Amino acid sequence: MILIVIDHADGAPRKSAYELVSLGRALTGDDGSLTALVAGDAPGAVAQEIARFVPRVLTVSAPELAPPRAETMTRAVAHAATTLGAEAVLVGASRFGLSYSPRVAMRLGAPLLEDVTALERDGDGYVAKRLSYLARVTETVAASAPTVVVSVKPGAAAAADPAASAGEVTELEVPFEPDDVRVGVASRRAATKGRVALEDADVVVAGGRGFGSAETFDDLVVGLADALGAGVGSTRAVVDAGWRPYGEQIGQTGKTVAPRLYLALAVSGAVQHLSGMNRSKVIVAVNKDADAPIFRVADYGIVGDVLEVVPALQEAVAGLD
Amino acid sequence: MKIVTILKQVPDAEARVRASGGTLDLSGATLVIDGMDEYGVEEALRIRERGMETEIVALACGPERAAEAIRTALAMGVDRAVHVVSDVTLDAVAMARVLAGVVQDEAPELVFVGGKQADWDSSALGPALAEALGWPHADWTTELTFEDGTITVTHDIDDGTETLTLPLPAVVTTQQGLNEPRYPTLPNIMKAKRKTLEARPLADVAAAAGAPADRATELRASEIEARSRRNVVLDGDAKTAATELVRRLRDEAKVL
Ligand SMILES: Cc1cc2nc3c(=O)[nH]c(=O)nc-3n(C[C@H](O)[C@H](O)[C@H](O)COP(=O)(O)OP(=O)(O)OC[C@H]3O[C@@H](n4cnc5c(N)ncnc54)[C@H](O)[C@@H]3O)c2cc1C
Ligand SMILES: Nc1ncnc2c1ncn2[C@@H]1O[C@H](COP(=O)(O)O)[C@@H](O)[C@H]1O
Repeated sequence: MILIVIDHADGAPRKSAYELVSLGRALTGDDGSLTALVAGDAPGAVAQEIARFVPRVLTVSAPELAPPRAETMTRAVAHAATTLGAEAVLVGASRFGLSYSPRVAMRLGAPLLEDVTALERDGDGYVAKRLSYLARVTETVAASAPTVVVSVKPGAAAAADPAASAGEVTELEVPFEPDDVRVGVASRRAATKGRVALEDADVVVAGGRGFGSAETFDDLVVGLADALGAGVGSTRAVVDAGWRPYGEQIGQTGKTVAPRLYLALAVSGAVQHLSGMNRSKVIVAVNKDADAPIFRVADYGIVGDVLEVVPALQEAVAGLD
Repeated sequence: MKIVTILKQVPDAEARVRASGGTLDLSGATLVIDGMDEYGVEEALRIRERGMETEIVALACGPERAAEAIRTALAMGVDRAVHVVSDVTLDAVAMARVLAGVVQDEAPELVFVGGKQADWDSSALGPALAEALGWPHADWTTELTFEDGTITVTHDIDDGTETLTLPLPAVVTTQQGLNEPRYPTLPNIMKAKRKTLEARPLADVAAAAGAPADRATELRASEIEARSRRNVVLDGDAKTAATELVRRLRDEAKVL
């Protein structure tokens, strides 16, 4: 039995949830044992949506999960895995998933396959691919144990199509303990309100220091992103300059994205930045320096000044439909 | 106050990594203290410098050569260090089990761990260690303050930032934004040579911790990630190149 944990926000599953469904189906051979866990203070709508895709959906509904914390999720997921006798627990490798999945592994005494880009059965166990050394090395890692915990990098599988018939939704009681809520959540601040979340974006427009100022960055990078319905990304240089929030930084110390299309505008292409985007399907680079390292990973490049090229791109995109 | 800062020795980010026959070859690479761990060392030093009496212990698990990275932390100002000497390249869960034993013996109020190790590309060590200890954790921390018996941290989450209060003891994972790590000064590099660096074999530490002295997962191969890219450069003035780019993205790459 494979348990997939559904990452959700604003009453809907995140894109990665549908990717876990695909992986889960492949691993169970679609034998009807795939089970999804939806945990939250009001998981109903998300559970109904996911039931269109998987035969069995468990909901955990508890005030302890609003807002979700690493320790409450650990309790819920570990309890579900133990109760159901899960052979594998698949978690989306969002920042939150990466925060609680190691705790789940430790609590279950299970090995952890972390942030994997591919996952297959291997005898009684599993074999996975994952990136290391700032995403320059691909590791093949295997784990064999009664339960294996796996965090799955967004984009590791194609999103699933709905199943022929809807699955069954049942509720699971979880015995939360006082320590699970010992961490107090004083406040939360959304950084990308109204804009498509970077991790879920099919297209990412990223800008670097070459824009020269926050105003120019807003006009050109954010302007082009809005025209494309894309997420906005930044380099560390941009974030350090205070032009954009940390939450938009892509790279080793920021987020990892693998969109269908990544536009790197006035981005030099330092290894720490590349490690966060080098798995994008198609990469475009615009840079005035023909020798900038970003061109080495680019599918299409324009050697030129972003102050001229980006407005031209905005115009060309506006003329698309 | 006692603080344990955990660190790792990793190849310098600019170092070339090579692989052959499915194994990684780090010979010739410059090895340094992981940049992510320096934030924890620095934060511990700043806590002390703000006037709180603080003992700071660096803790690392790795081969003999990792002692050099530990010396960097000692030269930055850490008081003493424990080096779990291991020729096995442990994974995050296995290392957390081993290190939990040492942390329990040290009994600090606070443990700092780098947010994401540059060799593993893993952020699991901090949360796994916290779970092994039965402590709370905060990851991706950019701000930290103390109030009697608790800490308040600001950290990154998927869609923004969050402010948490944690009872101590706790594990905090560090990242860029928390502070600007200092460079060791020459006098401090000299002083560091006289500080205690206790080396303990992995087998002993693991046995004392009741933890396996081996990986929880099996590393079968390491290969250099190479993707083929089109590498097409579009010529012409800005308007011509931009129009051609959009056309190719739509018709050739089919991503628009
Ligand atoms: C521990 C550590 C972690 C790090 N983590 C990250 C991370 O997560 N993410 C990250 O991005 N970086 C990270 N870095 C920093 C990284 O090494 C680079 O310094 C950073 O990515 C550079 O950002 P940039 O490309 O915007 O700036 P620069 O390197 O300054 O590049 C600017 C580019 O813009 C071009 N340019 C300038 N003007 C124009 C113009 N008018 N038109 C066209 N092109 C122009 C220039 O030719 C240049 O290539 C990290 C560094 C360390 C040490
Ligand atoms: N990137 C670096 N790596 C190692 N040491 C450095 C680096 N930058 C500066 N230093 C040294 O750190 C000390 C203080 O540097 P600074 O405060 O940058 O002037 C000097 O001894 C510098 O030589």
